Amino acid sequence: MVLNRKLGIIDLGKNRVLVREIPVELRKKHLGGRGLNWYYLYNSIRPDVDPYSPENVLAIGAGLLTGFPALGAGRTQISTKNPMTGGVGDSNMGGAFGPQLRLAGFDHLLIVGRAEKPSYILVRDGGIEIRSAEHLWGLDTHTAQKVLREETGDDRAESMVIGRAGENLVSFANVMNGIKNAGGRSGTGAVMGSKNLKAIVASGDIDLVVHDPEKLLDYALEVDRRARNTKWAKTLGRLGTPLLYDVSYTTGFIGTLNWQYNTPGEDGKPLEAENLEKYSVKMVACIGCSVHCRHRVKIREGRYRGVVTEGPEYAAIGAFGTGVGVYDWEFVIKCNEMANKWGIDLISLGTTVAWAFELFQRGYITENDTGGLRLEWGDENAVLELAKMIVERKNVGNVLADGMLKASEKFGKDSLYYANQTKGHPNLLTDERGIPSFALGIATSTRGADHLRSRPGIDLFQLPEETLERIYGHRIVSDFTAYETKGIMVWWHELLYNVVDSLGICKFQTVFNSANSPRFEDYVPLIEFAAGIRMTKEDLMEIGERNYTIERMFNVLNGFSRKDDYPPERYFREETKRGLPFMKGRKLDREKYDMMLEEYYRQHGWDENGVPKRETLERLGISEPDYSILEVL
Amino acid sequence: MTSERYLMVFPELCTGCRECEIACSLKHDGVVGYQKSRIRIIRDVFEGMEIPVVCMQCIDAPCMNSCRVEAIYVDERGAKIIDYERCIGCRRCIVVCPLGANFLNPETGKPIKCDLCGGDPVCAEFCSTGAIRYLSPEEINSEELRLASRNYIKALIEREM
Ligand code: SF4
Ligand code: SF4
Ligand code: SF4
Repeated sequence: MVLNRKLGIIDLGKNRVLVREIPVELRKKHLGGRGLNWYYLYNSIRPDVDPYSPENVLAIGAGLLTGFPALGAGRTQISTKNPMTGGVGDSNMGGAFGPQLRLAGFDHLLIVGRAEKPSYILVRDGGIEIRSAEHLWGLDTHTAQKVLREETGDDRAESMVIGRAGENLVSFANVMNGIKNAGGRSGTGAVMGSKNLKAIVASGDIDLVVHDPEKLLDYALEVDRRARNTKWAKTLGRLGTPLLYDVSYTTGFIGTLNWQYNTPGEDGKPLEAENLEKYSVKMVACIGCSVHCRHRVKIREGRYRGVVTEGPEYAAIGAFGTGVGVYDWEFVIKCNEMANKWGIDLISLGTTVAWAFELFQRGYITENDTGGLRLEWGDENAVLELAKMIVERKNVGNVLADGMLKASEKFGKDSLYYANQTKGHPNLLTDERGIPSFALGIATSTRGADHLRSRPGIDLFQLPEETLERIYGHRIVSDFTAYETKGIMVWWHELLYNVVDSLGICKFQTVFNSANSPRFEDYVPLIEFAAGIRMTKEDLMEIGERNYTIERMFNVLNGFSRKDDYPPERYFREETKRGLPFMKGRKLDREKYDMMLEEYYRQHGWDENGVPKRETLERLGISEPDYSILEVL
Repeated sequence: MTSERYLMVFPELCTGCRECEIACSLKHDGVVGYQKSRIRIIRDVFEGMEIPVVCMQCIDAPCMNSCRVEAIYVDERGAKIIDYERCIGCRRCIVVCPLGANFLNPETGKPIKCDLCGGDPVCAEFCSTGAIRYLSPEEINSEELRLASRNYIKALIEREM
């Protein structure tokens, strides 16, 4: 049965493992993946717990539909207390780990404690073992995975591992599977490092028995075709996410030289998506995905000859391109490869490096801090060297590795003005000043600045209001520069992306950048045919609301409130300097932003300070955390 | 007997998504589980390898010829079908298959292989890239096949460089 996958509870300190059922009632309230992860974490991490302490808990979860042949259902959720923010830390990873975890007999793992020595967890055929990883410590993420696959003797074994960055507790270290699948954001790799946990390996083949396979196959094919045949998915399948760059740099919403500009203009031309083609060997995909949005790339000659990697994504163009003023695909590919091998979130890395460059420009950081390295815009060597310093915690890298909030205490408080972050979490290299809905989304995201919690990509298309009303069930203003009704739009996407993450399917195959992609109602038959649970569209929206509100409550209990729901101050004070007329001379209007924020709170049933109201919690059946989950240990 | 259509594989188009594999086990056994799939993707992202392995329904089929109890027969589509009433589970057919496309079902101890889904191959339906296609002889373009093999081998050689 799809619903008989287990919960594994692992205490690395006590060397104890427990296997538990996951009650169907919990599925009906939270689905799986991100939703169930946060149900467990809400009830197991107390507010005073330090993210790096043994008491912090790391949750791994497969979605309810992870492993099925449609909509990119290959995804895994990794959640924990975020070392950069002290609030929600949460990351959704593509690739192949989640499907393998399910076939190994598990849907969720909760990991607590700290192993005495470097260790890894082997999940195999319904059992869990803690093993020594002393021979793996220090290995890059690719090598570690190859060794682990050999060691299990199963060429289908999948691992999620940390690299040097996680071992060195770089606060934005990530977790990797395969060449480029990353549980990228929120410092999940650093938390693994703090637990002396190098890897989790899944191996096994316990059949997932499906409720109604015949109907499932018919429907999966239909919905999969619908998702893959949108114009967006077709272009994505050819160019990958770099396709977004062409729009963002020509109009002007890509962070440039640490957001001093909103596009590099003509200088940025070499980074256009088509120019990646010549390095592309083929397109490859996550398990269960027919969109295949990633290139396998190879540099065949020149200074980076022999580099083979997957991607790079749009975010990497910002991080190692416009953010630092380098406009060379080969450099982006090289940095992409390095970041993946180090096991570091390349978005946070790029944004942090760009910040450091501007601090150097303004004299907050000097050559004394960098061991003589001059952080000059456009200097490839300086970018790579600073990145290495961060990963190895050398010189100023040691300060930057602790994240923007802590680092700014060292550089002087007002240095934080130049940091593009909210809640201490670095943003990706998009410039949201001209797009209020995007700005609200990065600011209210429970894990700190990030586009994947709520970004309503289709806002940019300025669709007719009838179409918008059909999608959102509310009147939505078509103009993307408007503030009015955008709080509702962001709310709707928060619910949708939560459901998608809880089902284990891909955001690129839901309403994100295409209005024609599947959404809530289209998941109803999949859930029924796969798992035998009947739900309505309204049920799913309520689950999204419940799951999102639990994350919000976790943040509230950790001291977050309205004050933490603002985009970088720079967005309110400095106008954009470049771009097409509708993107140039734009900044956020504080009064209007506040109205939008309050509309968003109202839509959620939260009070003016952003705290969920009692009646909202009651309606959603969210009680006080009881911290009982781990008591069984 | 000649079949009307052939299941053709173009590995250089395969993205490694395994949708074909999962759909195959769903169709035949109602489960997600690769040991029940009649098509398997050899996938190793570190080696840059995605190769669909599936029965080519050989005309002079070693599996069928080697079966001592004549448990493998040809249906009207040319598919070599295992008759499990007769099959004694000696697994000889698995050993002799030149493509490694005849697999062991660990639950029954007997072989499983592609049966062309009774003429409606679900793998080809799910494959979005054309890496698996169910083609009639007229649809088979020999020039395309030649190029496909050429590109594939080129990629293999390049990987070593
Ligand atoms: S199973 Fe192997 S030997 Fe038998 S027909 Fe298929 S490819 Fe040929
Ligand atoms: S044709 Fe049917 S049985 Fe054969 S590999 Fe494809 S899905 Fe499996
Ligand atoms: S469905 Fe097509 S692309 Fe996907 S693994 Fe199978 S053959 Fe390859």
